[in-house]
Amino acid sequence: MLKRNNILVVLLFAILAFTVSAQTVTITYWQYYYESKVKLMDELIQKFEAANPGIKVEQVTFPYESYNQKVAASIPAGEGPDVINLFYGWLPTYVKAGYLAELPTTDFNKSYFDKNFYPFVADSVQFGGKYYSVPTAVRTLALFWNKKLFKDAGLDPNIPPKTLEELEAYAKKLSKYDGQGNLIQAGLAMQPTGQGHNWIREILFRQFGNTPYSSDYRKVTYADANGIAAFKWYTDRITKDKVGYPNFATDDVTAFKSGKAAMNIDGSFRIATLNAVKDLDWGVAELPAYKGIKSNYASFWTHGIVAGTTGKKLDAAIKFLKYITSPEVQELWLEKVGELPANPSLAEKYKNNPMISPFLKGLAYAHATAFVDEAGQRTVLVDAVDEVVLKKTDPAVALKNAAAKEQALIDDFWKQ
Amino acid sequence: MTLATKKALTAYLFLALPLVFFLCVRLGPMVYMLVMSFTDWGLLRKTVKFISFENYKILFSDPVFLQALGNTFRYAVFGAPIVIILSLLIALLLDSIPKGKGLFRLIYVLPYITPVVAVSWVWRWMYQPPPLGIINGILGILGLPAGEFLNSPKQALPSILAVNVWVEMGYCTTIFLAGLQTIPKEMSEAAKIDGANDRQVLRRITLPLLMPITFFLMVMEGIQFLRIFTQVYNMSMQAMGGPLNSTKSAALYIYQKAFTNFEMARAASASVVLFLIIMIVTILQVRFFDKRVNY
Repeated sequence: MLKRNNILVVLLFAILAFTVSAQTVTITYWQYYYESKVKLMDELIQKFEAANPGIKVEQVTFPYESYNQKVAASIPAGEGPDVINLFYGWLPTYVKAGYLAELPTTDFNKSYFDKNFYPFVADSVQFGGKYYSVPTAVRTLALFWNKKLFKDAGLDPNIPPKTLEELEAYAKKLSKYDGQGNLIQAGLAMQPTGQGHNWIREILFRQFGNTPYSSDYRKVTYADANGIAAFKWYTDRITKDKVGYPNFATDDVTAFKSGKAAMNIDGSFRIATLNAVKDLDWGVAELPAYKGIKSNYASFWTHGIVAGTTGKKLDAAIKFLKYITSPEVQELWLEKVGELPANPSLAEKYKNNPMISPFLKGLAYAHATAFVDEAGQRTVLVDAVDEVVLKKTDPAVALKNAAAKEQALIDDFWKQ
Repeated sequence: MTLATKKALTAYLFLALPLVFFLCVRLGPMVYMLVMSFTDWGLLRKTVKFISFENYKILFSDPVFLQALGNTFRYAVFGAPIVIILSLLIALLLDSIPKGKGLFRLIYVLPYITPVVAVSWVWRWMYQPPPLGIINGILGILGLPAGEFLNSPKQALPSILAVNVWVEMGYCTTIFLAGLQTIPKEMSEAAKIDGANDRQVLRRITLPLLMPITFFLMVMEGIQFLRIFTQVYNMSMQAMGGPLNSTKSAALYIYQKAFTNFEMARAASASVVLFLIIMIVTILQVRFFDKRVNY
C-alpha cells in the first residue's frame, strides 16, 4: 500500500513538473557582440523574465564580422533565433531572403510607428508596405573635435566650426606636417570607410543642392553638377589641402582617439568609446552647415521576429519585442550604450545635455538611406574617393562611374 | 588464406580509413562544388535551380574577377621564382660556412613557423604611412620620401608579395639545405681534382643534382602563391583586397562572393576556375621539368 502511494506521489510530481515545463517557453535573441549592448541586454532579460514568468529568453551573440554569415547559415536551416537584431540597411535583404516575419498589424501599424518613433523609422522598417522590425535607439552624426589640439593651434577650444567654410579653414590650421611634408596630424580625419561615405551621401550632396536619390531610393541621382561639386569638395580636402587621407593612423577613430586627428565626423555610438579614453579632451557639435542647409544621416539597429516563429513562442517574442523597445528601455539604452532614444518625446528630455543635444538636433533633419546592399553601396563611394585620391581620376568621372555602379546594384536587387 | 594475404588485408584496412576521410572531406565537397557551380544557389534565395554556364559567363564579364585573376598570376609569376632563387642562394651560402649554420637556419625558418596572421599584421603596421610606420620612419631619418606601400594601388601588391617571399624563404631554404647535404662530397672533390673551378662545380654538379628538389619546390610554391589568401585578407584595409582591388587574389574573391555576398554558386564556379588554373600550371611544370630532372 505504502509502495503504491509512493508511486502515486512520484507520478503526481512528474505530471506537475511536466505541466510547469510545458508552460515555460524559451525564446532566443541574437545580436552581434558589442560589450555595452550585450551587458545591458542581460540585465533587460532578467527584468523581463521576472515580469513574465513562464518565458525564458536566451541571448546568443556573434562577432560583428561573422554575424551575417551565421544568420544566412542558420535561419534557412530553421536553427536561428526567434528575435533578431539587425542593421536597418540589411532589412530589404533579410526580408527578400525570407528571414523575417511580418509584425502583427494589431500591435505594430502605421499609427503605432507615427506616434512612438521618429518619422524616418517607419519608412526604414517597412518593406513593400509591411512592417518587419522595431528599433530601440537611433544614431546620427556630429562633428567631434579635440579641444587640446584646438588650443595648440591657437583656436578657441570651445568654438567648433559651424559651416563648411569654417571647417575647411580650421582643418588647414590644425594639420601638421614633418620636414618632408608628410602629414603627422590630420586637421580633419577623412575616412570614407567610416562615416565618410554617409557624410558625402546624405549630407554634402544635399548641402550643395543635390538630391542623391529618388524618393524611393531606386534611382541614383547624385552625379549631377551639384553632386560633383560636393564630391569634389570632399576629395579636395585630401588632394589639395592635405588635411587628412583614408587610413591615416589606421583609421579615423584610432586617429582621433590617439590625438592624431583634430576633428572627425562620427556617430553618437562613439560617445562611450571616447569617454573611455583617458586624457582626451573633446567636444561634439552639430554637423557644419553649408549655404544655410543642414542635413544629417540617421541609422539604427532594429529588432525583428524571425519567420517561422509560431504559437507561444510568437506571443513571447512579441512581448519581448515590445519590452525591449519600450520607453523605459530606451532611456536605459541611452545611459548604458549611448544611442539616442527612438521616441522623439523621450529624446526631448535630453535636449540640454551637451554631449547628446548635437545628435538630437541632427535627428530633426536626418535622412536614413534606404540601402538594398549596404556593403556594396558603401564600397562604391569608398572606391570613388580612392579613384580620385590614388589614381588622380577626375572627381566628375569617378562620381559618374560610382553612380552607374550603384544603380546597377540597386537594379539587380529589384530585378530578382 | 595465407599469412601474406592476411597481412595485406590488414594493411588495406588501415589504409582505407584515410581513403574514407579523403572521399568524404575532400572529394565529396569538390564534386558537390562542381555540380553547384551550374546552379543559382545562394543563401539569400529560397530555391535552387539549374542555370548551366550562366555563372561562368557572369564571372568572366566581371572586371573584379578578371582583376583578381591577374593579381593571382602576378603573385605566382613573381613570387615563386623569387623565392626559389633567393632561398637557393641563401642555402648555398649557408652550406659553405663552417660554423653557425644552425643559428642562421633558425633565423631563416622563423618567419615560416610564425602564424601568417601575426606576420601579416606586424608588416601591415611596419608599412604604415608616417608618423606610425617604422619603415617610413627610417626612410624619413635617411631623408628619403615616404613610401605609400599598402595605400597605393601600384605598390600594395609587391608589398604583400615581399612579405610572402620572406615567409616562404624559410621553408625553401631548409629544403634546399637538406638537398645540398645529400650530394656526395666525392663528386665535387673529384671534379676539383680534374681542374674544375667553383663555378663549374656549381653549374655542372650541384645545380643538376638539386633539380628534383627545385622542381618539387617550384610546384609547391606555385600552388602556394596561386592560392594566396591570408596575407591579402589581413593586410588590406577591411580585408577588401584593396586599394581598388589591386591586391585581391582569386581566393579572396571566392571568399567574398561566398561569405559576404552569399552567392555560393558564383563562388563555386570561381573555385572551379581557380582549381583548373592550378591544375594546368602544375601539369605544365611537370611536363617542363620532367625532362630535366631524370638522368
